[in-house]
Amino acid sequence: MIYAVFAPLVFAILIPFLSRIKHKIHTGWLILPVPILVFAYFASFLGSNFENQVRSIDWIPSLDISLTFHLDGLSLLFALLITGIGSLVVLYSIFYLDKTERLGHFYTYLYIFMAAMLGVVLSDNVFGLYVFWEFTSLSSFLLIGYWHFKERSRYGAVKSLLITVMGGFSLLAGLILLTIVTGTTSIRGMVDQADVILASPFLPFIMAFLLLGAFTKSAQFPFHIWLPDAMEAPTPVSAYLHSATMVKAGIYLMARFSPIFGGEPSFFMLLSLFGIITLVCGSYMAVRQTDLKAILAYSTISQLGMIMAMLGFGTDVAIFAAVFHILNHATFKGSLFMVAGIVDHETGTRDIRRLGGLMTFMPISATLALFGTFSMAGVPLPFLNGFYSKEMFFDASLQLSGYTGTFVEILATALPYLAVLGSIFTFVYSMYLFFGTFRGTYKEEQLPVKPHEAPFMMLVSPMILVLGVIIIGLVPSIFNDGLLTHAASAVFGSEVTKEISFWHGFIPPLYMSLAVVAIGTLLYVFKSKWERIYSVMPGKFSFNRIYDWAVNQLESASSRITSSYMNGSMRLYMVLLLVAVTGITFFGLWMTNGFNFEVTDVAPVTIHEVLIAIVMAAAAIATIFVRNRLAIIIVVGVVGYGLAILFVLYRAPDLALTQLIVETVTVALFLLCFYHLPNLKKRTESLAHRGVNLFVSLGFGALLLVISLSAYNSRFFDTISGYFTENSYKLGGGDNIVNVILVDFRGLDTLFEVAVLFGAGLGIYSLIRLRKNKGAK
Amino acid sequence: MEIVMIILASILFATAIYNMLQKQFLRIIIGTVLLSHAAHLFLLTMGQLKRGNPPVLVDGVTNYTDPLPQALILTSIVISFGVTSFLLVLAYRTYTLNKTDNMDELRGSKDE
Repeated sequence: MIYAVFAPLVFAILIPFLSRIKHKIHTGWLILPVPILVFAYFASFLGSNFENQVRSIDWIPSLDISLTFHLDGLSLLFALLITGIGSLVVLYSIFYLDKTERLGHFYTYLYIFMAAMLGVVLSDNVFGLYVFWEFTSLSSFLLIGYWHFKERSRYGAVKSLLITVMGGFSLLAGLILLTIVTGTTSIRGMVDQADVILASPFLPFIMAFLLLGAFTKSAQFPFHIWLPDAMEAPTPVSAYLHSATMVKAGIYLMARFSPIFGGEPSFFMLLSLFGIITLVCGSYMAVRQTDLKAILAYSTISQLGMIMAMLGFGTDVAIFAAVFHILNHATFKGSLFMVAGIVDHETGTRDIRRLGGLMTFMPISATLALFGTFSMAGVPLPFLNGFYSKEMFFDASLQLSGYTGTFVEILATALPYLAVLGSIFTFVYSMYLFFGTFRGTYKEEQLPVKPHEAPFMMLVSPMILVLGVIIIGLVPSIFNDGLLTHAASAVFGSEVTKEISFWHGFIPPLYMSLAVVAIGTLLYVFKSKWERIYSVMPGKFSFNRIYDWAVNQLESASSRITSSYMNGSMRLYMVLLLVAVTGITFFGLWMTNGFNFEVTDVAPVTIHEVLIAIVMAAAAIATIFVRNRLAIIIVVGVVGYGLAILFVLYRAPDLALTQLIVETVTVALFLLCFYHLPNLKKRTESLAHRGVNLFVSLGFGALLLVISLSAYNSRFFDTISGYFTENSYKLGGGDNIVNVILVDFRGLDTLFEVAVLFGAGLGIYSLIRLRKNKGAK
Repeated sequence: MEIVMIILASILFATAIYNMLQKQFLRIIIGTVLLSHAAHLFLLTMGQLKRGNPPVLVDGVTNYTDPLPQALILTSIVISFGVTSFLLVLAYRTYTLNKTDNMDELRGSKDE
């Protein structure tokens, strides 16, 4: 199983090499077998005797982070969708993307996504899940921005990244809290401790963080705004990431944690409320769109809302319906996206106002779209899978009981009506999508390209999906035992059995379906009469404006803040650094009580050393006040030569020698340079600046004083110098211990020191010799 | 004696920093020179002063001054010399190119 997850990732590494020969053979053909094989592997688990599988490898054992892959019914459903739709999308993309496109990039991103998404749905370790989760966000960002020369693509990519990564961060916070509360990083472990989590005082935070993560990923209201902009991605990507798989990651997360939170009134309320709002708003807004893919995007939003709401309901019927609809939605929406891509490809436009009457030109595409849209609309026909899950949804919305509280009860009463309302609009945009594109008048003059049917191979993928729609519709039971009941049981926590059948008799869900069809037909026919409502509601208000405003504000505010301290002044940088260092160190000393001023075991004070020290100190202070160039060289020289004398007194002959030579050369250098440089100027800075400078430098001096005094008597380790003294002759063959250390014991240090000198010399040489442009001098 | 040297090193540090906070390139270089002096003195003092003979092996003598700080300082002296000379030439070059040695006037171009 581990190989299965990482197979796409391994191929992602190989793809850039494979894409070199893309002119001979389309890269897609070379890598198509990967998802098919992985799909076959996961499909081998199908069957009524399915048992959960676990494979694990350690990653960071000290933090209890591992790559544990746990395959249960829910994971299996998702894994099959990811690899199944993935295979079809790769096949479709071979004909959608021309060989001149950057195929290597495209398939690399796509396969990274595939591996990451498999990781998300299989990880049992929450941190493994989080890492894969962020990888899906990243690959989605890269794929949306695939045509990076288009401004809309970049805008959409950044938008999706900002919103989903914000959610991902929130998810991480929730997962960390869960880990703290339960003491385990395994999701199964957390489910076992559900009562501990529900009793924890952190419960509201955990739930809020997890919900935020799921809502942003699954484009729930009001975070849905990134999904329509994500439609700038190539259509195979939209079909794959932004309808069938990635946007369902949030759904998956909620389903995965349902055994913990299910039955909690706030969980029911939040999920149902946001889900149903998303359903109604999404389908309402979809009718307004003119771009085929935008209609599908809003439709996806509304369908995701519906699944989310069903997970919120938490009853066995609802959860079964949710799982069932995840499968159904992937089939009909995937095929619709592909058909939309074909229409775009063959006519050159996706604007539904310019399309129409395409049925005569593209009969196969039209047929496929017919099945897709009617299934999406939930038309009660026995060969459309969308109807089954839609009816279960109505059924589930009517069976809400067991929750108490005024608001909850109001919500539970309102839910069936809202469900019908959302479904009516779903019906309207489905009809609009089909009839607007394939029926009506053909507007030849408005189309950039003369339309014709797509090549057969391009139609294969949507055909297979539509075949799925029909098969699930006709014989739902074959999916029921082997897959859906396992998935639903995994979400519900205990065994769920449910018969899927077309005819239940004259019961309320049927009336609701019929009402949807009747009112929906009326609304569609008289669409032009009531369309003006969109200029009143939502009018100019939209969450996009809030997003744009927030991003703009963030950008301008951060650039203001940054330029306030990154103003190019060296002095300010120094001050900030030094204040930070001084402050933090003092604080650390104070917190750990590191002060230790009892200096013992010192050498006796002698008068000539003190005199030298006084002279050096005076010379050092004088550097601040002297304004004459020559004078400043002299006072700096005094400090340097004073130090050399101290080296002599303190039994460091080599240091004294080196210091003397270096000091002399430095003074000579100073003199050379001063010849070219202007004289020191009178300081013109303000008193405040000088005060700050004085304060900072005195503070730093005081810090060093305190540290050296405290360090002098705090010796935690034995000195290692004895080793050098003893072995200097034995190992190094030299009497001068310092020299032996430099060239022998620490020879590598000295080598690098030489390298530094060499670098400095090279720099100096080039600075002097290099001219800005030749012949300037 | 160590206390005196510690105080001296701190004074050197303080003056070094003060010089480095100035605007003129030259003063900043002076500051770095002083800073390395201070650091060397600091290192030497931490190894205790005047405990035995210079670290050159002589028959019959077992008590030597700590050689390790000296080795470190020796490396450091050479490197700070390299840095100082590089900075000086940089200052010279900057001045010939930009006709100023004021750091505030060397903030780079506007459209950076």
